[in-house]
Amino acid sequence: MKKSFLIKYGEIAIKGKNRHLFEDALVRQIRHALRGAEGKFQVRKEQGRVFVDALDDDFDEEEVEERLQRVFGIVGICPAWLMEDKGPQQLGKDVIAFIKKYYGEDPSFTFKVEARRARKNFPMDSMEINAYIGGEVLDAFPHTKVDVHNPEAMVYIEVREEICIYSKIIPGAGGMPVGSSGKAMLLLSGGIDSPVAGYMIAKRGCKIDATYFHAPPYTSERAKEKVIDLAKILSRYCGPVYLHVVNFTDIQLYIYEKCPHDELTIIMRRYMMRIAEHFAKEGESLGLVTGESIGQVASQTMQSLACTNEVCTMPVYRPLIGFDKNEIIDRAVQIGTYDTSILPYEDCCTIFVAKHPVTKPKVEVIRRSEKKLSEKIGQLVKEAIDTTSILIVSEHGVEEYHKEEGRNQEGQDKESGSRKDTKGQGFQDLSGKTSGDEAKTSGEEGGKAGAGNWHPNGQADDGYIHL
Amino acid sequence: MEAYLDNSATTRCAEPVIQKMLKVYREDFGNPSSMHTKGLEAEHYVREAAAAIADSLKVEPKNILFTSGGTESNNTAIIGTALSKRREGKHLITTAIEHASVASPMKFLEEEGFEVTRIPVDGKGQVDLEKLKSAIREDTILVSIMHVNNEIGAVEPIEEIGQMVKEKNPKTLFHVDAIQSYGKFRIRPKKAKIDYLSVSSHKIHGPKGVGFLYVKNPSALHPILFGGGQQDGLRSGTENVPGIAGLGEAASLAYGNLEENRRHLYELKEFFTGGLSEIEGTVLNGPWGPEGAPQIVSASFEGVRSEVLLHALEEKGIYVSAGSACSSHKRAPSATLSAIGVRRDLLESTVRFSFAVTTQKEELEYTLDNLKEILPRLRKYARR
Repeated sequence: MKKSFLIKYGEIAIKGKNRHLFEDALVRQIRHALRGAEGKFQVRKEQGRVFVDALDDDFDEEEVEERLQRVFGIVGICPAWLMEDKGPQQLGKDVIAFIKKYYGEDPSFTFKVEARRARKNFPMDSMEINAYIGGEVLDAFPHTKVDVHNPEAMVYIEVREEICIYSKIIPGAGGMPVGSSGKAMLLLSGGIDSPVAGYMIAKRGCKIDATYFHAPPYTSERAKEKVIDLAKILSRYCGPVYLHVVNFTDIQLYIYEKCPHDELTIIMRRYMMRIAEHFAKEGESLGLVTGESIGQVASQTMQSLACTNEVCTMPVYRPLIGFDKNEIIDRAVQIGTYDTSILPYEDCCTIFVAKHPVTKPKVEVIRRSEKKLSEKIGQLVKEAIDTTSILIVSEHGVEEYHKEEGRNQEGQDKESGSRKDTKGQGFQDLSGKTSGDEAKTSGEEGGKAGAGNWHPNGQADDGYIHL
Repeated sequence: MEAYLDNSATTRCAEPVIQKMLKVYREDFGNPSSMHTKGLEAEHYVREAAAAIADSLKVEPKNILFTSGGTESNNTAIIGTALSKRREGKHLITTAIEHASVASPMKFLEEEGFEVTRIPVDGKGQVDLEKLKSAIREDTILVSIMHVNNEIGAVEPIEEIGQMVKEKNPKTLFHVDAIQSYGKFRIRPKKAKIDYLSVSSHKIHGPKGVGFLYVKNPSALHPILFGGGQQDGLRSGTENVPGIAGLGEAASLAYGNLEENRRHLYELKEFFTGGLSEIEGTVLNGPWGPEGAPQIVSASFEGVRSEVLLHALEEKGIYVSAGSACSSHKRAPSATLSAIGVRRDLLESTVRFSFAVTTQKEELEYTLDNLKEILPRLRKYARR
């Protein structure tokens, strides 16, 4: 007997010709999720199923289930036994042993047997297996009853090369395996909302990069640590996160100096979006992600959102847009970011928050205010971008990513070498990039091409950051 | 340049202390309770440390109870007294400016049916002796007062208080939290009629996780930790031998050069407070002259949030403490600063600078220079 977990997946099954690509992504994600778990496992695809076989008995079923529950694309996780085919009689005995293991010596429930005979040389067909095994179970456990319409427990039997027995279906995270869609750049603060927003987008199969705006001495190193911790939690679901830590202090102070105080937050957010978009393009993200929800705070009214939105050319995904705060909190608790989010290291810098910020800003007015920044802002944004540090945050740790090294070590199979290599550990693109593509991409990154395009007068010639 | 001016939070371990501890960790690692020689060797370290500490206080080694640090010492004295004397009375007295490791057990006892009187202090943090005297009653079982306040460096007259307590009610026990004063002051528990005295090792260049409680009458103390009966059953648990050895060494170092060290610290304080008072918009809190503790200076800077100042100084390698910080565990403004009547608008603008014998005048010059540069910059961006 082998212990295994049968993985049920939903939407992937309907993706037509691309199906194998999605299945491959799922297998990769499962392998990644099980890294560091106790025990040895083999993940394999078999006829429209994915199995996680335990290679020995030295594992913790709950731990494995918990880890699999973090993998997007999985709809159900079924702890299963894989038995060698020794005929129907032995199968009956195995099913009884299985029920004892999961429901105790003397279970009392109504049940239904559902057999599938994928291998046609088994001596009974599906209907016969149902009837035979049902009888065996009734004989073995006096407090059980068959109920084919509304059973309390299901006994599934799948006759394949081996015979697979399972009963419980533990709900999975749903969604699509990370790596099956593109990549998105998350604006990550230390708050409750943005990590949830990142989770929701990752759930649709996207990889996540993140940008955090740091304002020392107005925010502390501990606030930064907290954001790294949040990225770590996110990475359990979406794989390593490239966290861009931008020093935003000088830009904030300059806006504070030049612009009306009640417009400060809006203008600040516009610059955050611009900078995040810069890094999004540099890292080949296809969109920005924020944790905004309509009307939650002054900077998230429809008017304010319109003002911040207009500085971006990329799509801005706002998965929480229709959520109430309570719903967001529930989700944050569920994914495990809430306790970190509410640590009190934030909000130390009240000077940047007006007592009465504008709630219905007009785009033209904001643009006019921004003109007052034209003298120095281009230089300040360039400096902020040039001094940004990039951390590769995964649940196993944090390391600094050096763009230059990334290029120099191109092609070398190093753990922390090129950016693409690192991501390859379970998070490759489905597009199957050739090395030629990689060289090109890394070349751009390595040369800090984006940053180099800033003109002293604040005009960018690449057309995507408008100052 | 680096200026570590947060020595009331913790200090760097002194090199001889580290050497001593390394030897215990590497070679003499036995358990004092073991019957073989390895155990005996370890026990020697504990005895040696107890003797050094006893010598510094002019008491007997048998009166030294090793603990895990200041918090445990304070808890043992307060809760232990409440347990052993609850039939004689349920009244305890403390002050409005105690450290949380005294204030919290007091609060716990209140919830358990004890009565606690908190004596107010004046603008310099001095306990009101008249109020204290009149608060002592027939059923008062404990008076707990800190020697040096950790936030403003106020020094309480413990000898005077000890006399007063015993005159009013000889049965009342007297506990002194000496965590900020041990190593900086000459303390004579017998003369001051002290029953319990709490000390922490890491404030005097010793290791963290160890401290002691001077216990005048060990047979009367009710333990709060139970188990294998170590330290005469007063504090079960295998002794932290390396830590205790380090603490003993640190105590010898501190009291070997007490007068010289105090002179150095007071010179630093005089220089630094002088410099601070030249900076516009600066208010010194508590006893900032020689009547206060030598190592603590509390200052408020108008129009600047202490936390922002803290992080701005940190960028220059200067480490201080914020009087009340939202990044610390609680957000409420400091009880001590409120008790001495610091202006409301200054409560969140208060910073503590604390020195050690290793602090150099150049570090303070560097700090003053940076303050002069940083403060106007931060004030420019005050909340509109």
